[in-house]
Amino acid sequence: MLKDSDRIFNNLYGLNDWHLAGARKRGDWDGTREIMEKGRDWIIEEVKTSGLRGRGGAGFPSGLKWSFMPKEPTGRPHYLVVNADEGEPGTCKDRDMIRNDPHKLVEGCLLAGFGMGANAAYIYIRGEFYREAEHLQTAIDEAYEEGLIGKDACGSGYDFDVYVHRGAGAYICGEEMALIESLEGKKGMPRLKPPFPAAMGLYGCPTTVNNVETIAVTPTILRRGSEWFSSLGRENNTGTKVFCISGHVNNPCNVEEEMGISLKDLIEKHAGGVISGWDNLKAIIPGGASVPMIPKSICDTVLMDFDSLKEVRSGLGTAAVIVMNQSADVVAAIARLSKFYKHESCGQCTPCREGTGWMWRVMERLVVGDAEVEEIDTLLDVASQVEGHTICALGDAAAWPIQGLVRHFRFEIEERINSRKEKAAA
Amino acid sequence: MTHQIEEIETFSFDDIHKAEAKIIVSRYPEGRQASAVLPLLDLAQRQNAGWLSTAAMNYVADFLEMPAIRVYEVASFYTMYNLKPVGKYFVQVCTTTPCALRGCERILETCREELGIEVGETTLDNKFTLQEVECLGACVNAPMMQIGDDYYEDLDPESTKAVLNALKKDEVPKPGPQSERNGSEPAGGLTTLTSKTGAKV
Repeated sequence: MLKDSDRIFNNLYGLNDWHLAGARKRGDWDGTREIMEKGRDWIIEEVKTSGLRGRGGAGFPSGLKWSFMPKEPTGRPHYLVVNADEGEPGTCKDRDMIRNDPHKLVEGCLLAGFGMGANAAYIYIRGEFYREAEHLQTAIDEAYEEGLIGKDACGSGYDFDVYVHRGAGAYICGEEMALIESLEGKKGMPRLKPPFPAAMGLYGCPTTVNNVETIAVTPTILRRGSEWFSSLGRENNTGTKVFCISGHVNNPCNVEEEMGISLKDLIEKHAGGVISGWDNLKAIIPGGASVPMIPKSICDTVLMDFDSLKEVRSGLGTAAVIVMNQSADVVAAIARLSKFYKHESCGQCTPCREGTGWMWRVMERLVVGDAEVEEIDTLLDVASQVEGHTICALGDAAAWPIQGLVRHFRFEIEERINSRKEKAAA
Repeated sequence: MTHQIEEIETFSFDDIHKAEAKIIVSRYPEGRQASAVLPLLDLAQRQNAGWLSTAAMNYVADFLEMPAIRVYEVASFYTMYNLKPVGKYFVQVCTTTPCALRGCERILETCREELGIEVGETTLDNKFTLQEVECLGACVNAPMMQIGDDYYEDLDPESTKAVLNALKKDEVPKPGPQSERNGSEPAGGLTTLTSKTGAKV
């Protein structure tokens, strides 16, 4: 198990002071100027060698992403945009980082922003996180007052501003291009890529969008060194990760653990085990609502990292572990997610706008078995026509949970259809 | 739609909200003030008893020198803007899968019974509006609901009743987990971060 001294978010539960004084006691803002003096290239190189992969779901190598930003000033502002529009069902980690460890994020904005040559950071936080936004704004105000950000940030000679921007309730704004549109004051409808944000992002200027956790772990990586970070986890899946364990466990919780911890250990050591025991486990959605569920037989041995979960045709996503024991109706659980995607589709692309509603209606019928067995294949067919045929990944996200359900629990859906037919015949 | 009322209705920021609006606009580059439309609509809604009238949206459009239609578009796209009046306490119960697995249906049922209204309705005294919402991002503290700006988490029917009863008397119930928990730590006792001050890194 990861040692407390290797944990980055040392106030994850808010048991200690989240203000600047408390944050400094825990090591934040320590030697920030000295890190900046090592230069932009050093920061990007260090993050590259740490192996850090984006914590928002896609797992793209962070240092590489930052290196896509222009090396020299372009005469336009360059931006870092932090995605705090946390809304993937099952996920509630960024919330804890923002309300309990906001200075890690603010310091991370400065260091990552400096590394990629950004002039300012906008932190786009979901509107419902009102109290969390208050903490964040207070932390930013404290940092300005102490000269840690703003003009001549930390006495480095570098000017850097940090702003909070509150959203207003739209899951789609967690998609980076929709987020940029929203930040510009428009409906959150994703833009086609290319051009990518690093070339043409916010206000048409070079922009990098990163998840809260990606930015908040950066100062610790730079202070303790990439070697320390990459010594945790395993190759290509390094470091620590905050997991959110919800659903049918005895003690649902957030916890920071080493990447690659086994799913079973994660649940048994930190979440008090599955309700009624591990043998009573039915299935787990291991990375937030968008990733396919895995049945108990896979849960028994799978490791919690990007590559291990990809091998079993699921994904680490946001590392939100939604546990379902035998008392769960897995068909209903996925049908509810289908309703979620129908609600959250922005309506721009036809396959997603029409497909999410269609899939949800079929899923609702499958819950009660009111269908023909052949319709399961029709559903899969439609799901595959939505997947990969839309501007953004919401279409994929709507298709994957259904595909995962049918892959592992087709017999259960068929049983439901057949038993309803038998009842009707009787 | 009562067009007559719409016509005579007016809206403008009071001094406090105007000052706040100016601070918000100053966060965006010159000429990019449209970026402030989301936060300004939120301010307008706060000043206007929790909902956006056409007059309020028009005012924000003028304030930001935007075409009114662009503001209406935004106001109708995002779920947090109410285009109809709501009660003083806007009760939003999350029913997405992680909350569903922890019994949100019982929470919603308790709200219906205690308030005597269905989802989408407002009590006759205009005190409560009940709404079902999608994931609010507090899944390890499920089931939960948001009332106004606060989250009420780790709910069961009894604690839900207690929160609603306090609000009926205009008392402010303690937000956050209604269990013994402080936040998202495991209820059975800490498994990590056991040193008191939090380890220094």
